[in-house]
Amino acid sequence: MPRSPHLLRILAPAVLVALVGGACSSSKSSSSSTTAASSATTAAPGSTAAPTTAAAKVSGTLNGSGSTFQLAYDQAAIQAFQQANSGATINYQGKGSGAGQTDLANQVVDFAGSDVAASSSTTFKGGSLLYFPFVLGPITVSYNLSGHTGIKLSGETIAKIFALKITNWNDPAIAADGNSGLPNQAITVVHRSDSSGTTANFTAYLNAADKTDWTLGTGKTVNWASNTVAGNGNNGVATAIKGKAGAIGYVDYSDAKAAGLSWAMVKNAAGNFVDATLDGASASAGDATVKDDLTYNPINQSGAQDYPITSPTYIITYAKYSDAGKVALLKAFLHFILGTDGQNLAKTVDFAPISSSLDQKATAQIDQITTG
Amino acid sequence: MATVMTRPPAAGGTPPPPRLSARRPAVGDRGFQYLALACGLLVLVVLALIAVAMVSKSWPVFRDHAGTFFFSKTWDPARNKFGSLAFVYGTLVTSAIAIVVGVPVSIGIALLLTEVAPQWMRTPVVYVIDLLAAVPSVVIGLWGLLVLRKPLDNRYADFNNWFKHIPVLNTLFSGGGHQGTSLMTAGLILALMITPIVTSLSREVFATVPAAQKEGALALGATRWEMIRSSVLGYGRSGVVGAVMLGLGRAMGETIAVALLVGSSAQVTGHLFRPGDTMAGVIANQFGEASGEFRAALIGLGVVLFAITILVNLGARAVLNRSERRLEGAL
Repeated sequence: MPRSPHLLRILAPAVLVALVGGACSSSKSSSSSTTAASSATTAAPGSTAAPTTAAAKVSGTLNGSGSTFQLAYDQAAIQAFQQANSGATINYQGKGSGAGQTDLANQVVDFAGSDVAASSSTTFKGGSLLYFPFVLGPITVSYNLSGHTGIKLSGETIAKIFALKITNWNDPAIAADGNSGLPNQAITVVHRSDSSGTTANFTAYLNAADKTDWTLGTGKTVNWASNTVAGNGNNGVATAIKGKAGAIGYVDYSDAKAAGLSWAMVKNAAGNFVDATLDGASASAGDATVKDDLTYNPINQSGAQDYPITSPTYIITYAKYSDAGKVALLKAFLHFILGTDGQNLAKTVDFAPISSSLDQKATAQIDQITTG
Repeated sequence: MATVMTRPPAAGGTPPPPRLSARRPAVGDRGFQYLALACGLLVLVVLALIAVAMVSKSWPVFRDHAGTFFFSKTWDPARNKFGSLAFVYGTLVTSAIAIVVGVPVSIGIALLLTEVAPQWMRTPVVYVIDLLAAVPSVVIGLWGLLVLRKPLDNRYADFNNWFKHIPVLNTLFSGGGHQGTSLMTAGLILALMITPIVTSLSREVFATVPAAQKEGALALGATRWEMIRSSVLGYGRSGVVGAVMLGLGRAMGETIAVALLVGSSAQVTGHLFRPGDTMAGVIANQFGEASGEFRAALIGLGVVLFAITILVNLGARAVLNRSERRLEGAL
């Protein structure tokens, strides 16, 4: 068999690939995001153990996946954290709360991002779970009606609109909320075509605000009436709203702001019309009842300044991990997110920080993560 | 087993090629045989594993709710109601629209390329058609969303008005509720996506029509079109049917473009301008957040789609094989 020339031709590309692969894997990787359901994350083994004090630098690899609602914040937080801790690599993949919970249940990832509590039908192989609230955000009721900004809508009106019981902007029910001069324009309801925690929280609000008119229940996927428009992702809904005069839909705050949409002022349980702002969301979190596992429901709270359609989101972890290095890295990351740096970072990426009392409880809970 | 190769001396007196060692060809041949067999079996094994895994994961739904799953129109995950009828309907309707719109165009292009076009035009057109096949599905879906949605919505409004009083057509095209993202839009995009397959296969079939048949028809006094209709289309009929079935298989399985453009509304409606949903589309949209029975129901939809597509593709292969043998003179 001929030797050197052929052998060289085979070895050279293999060596090249090995070099390139080595260079790629050793650099700090930025968090990747996809919204396709079929992406998979690979769990990399944790590396050397690091000191357990939060202030010391940590290293290792951490993998997470889940909610796309918190994705923008997670990316910013991971970048800031990795800059402060050059040996640390954290990967977060936005593929949906449900997919993240499934990954955590199968121990494919170390933590999950989720807008809703874990469903009882999933068995989590790693044992008991801990919930860490860290940011939240308002869900806007955005619409496309040129010349009219800041339309006031009460919960009952919103429920009737989305249940297709009010079909025109000049309906007296909308005017009764304190709006005048609305045109004769058909309302087109826009909703999500994909399953989403945003839908779950929005329908939970409709359920809480007006159970008589809103009959479709609550969940990540809801059986919307056929005479509505569906958009893929928050961006898809925003684009659909912008493309149709008279359209109305629910979009999370950062995407509505990025798309330049106008949104409604919503009447909260105290009777005040509140704009969708980060402060309104934080106020809702402050008034919500916090359960022992630190999950809370900021929807339709009755404080004066509360914005009623607010979506919570959590990082879900196990209470016990077998890898001490991973535990240290996870605790350091959580301390960062819940500390001043992380909470101040929230507003810069259009998320609301949680209230200080909730932050204290969450920070105290970090110590419950142990090696074992 | 030793194989000894003996070569007679070549006529021109050139030296015979160097002889390889006697054992090597046997082992090499057998090794290659097993390797090829293993690759072929691997494909079958993977297919079988897919079928088994999917059926086992969706078994709870088939076992407990088979009746509602196959015959109910309601898909309500919030209330654990899972009926696949709306999605099977949507898949069949969008594929039917794709066939009705796309196949005549594809056959026309194939005829253009084999019969009508001058020689200089043929190669560029073939390249462009193949390029269309290379465009990713998601790109076509995004293009449809950004560019086609608004103008199509306006055209649907026009059709809505024109056909209001015509008995059968007003069920298909009128009645309000039209949207840019609808069964018709998805069907049109699918027509675009199956055109390259059907065109290239039809072109191959038409190219093998014996010149004698065509010249005979012309000699008997047929016009160009009559010659094409009798000789070319008649001769290549089963091949074209096979090509259409392959295109149908692709149209049924197409996921992302359809998920973006079909309107995502699980309903059975005769109005083609209203939104609907397909099996592949709903799986793509809702699988990420599904768990428990919802997830099993989606996998069940996948099983149904898998079965339908395999049947259609097997049928296409059978028809194509028969037509190939006929073209080679066996029948």
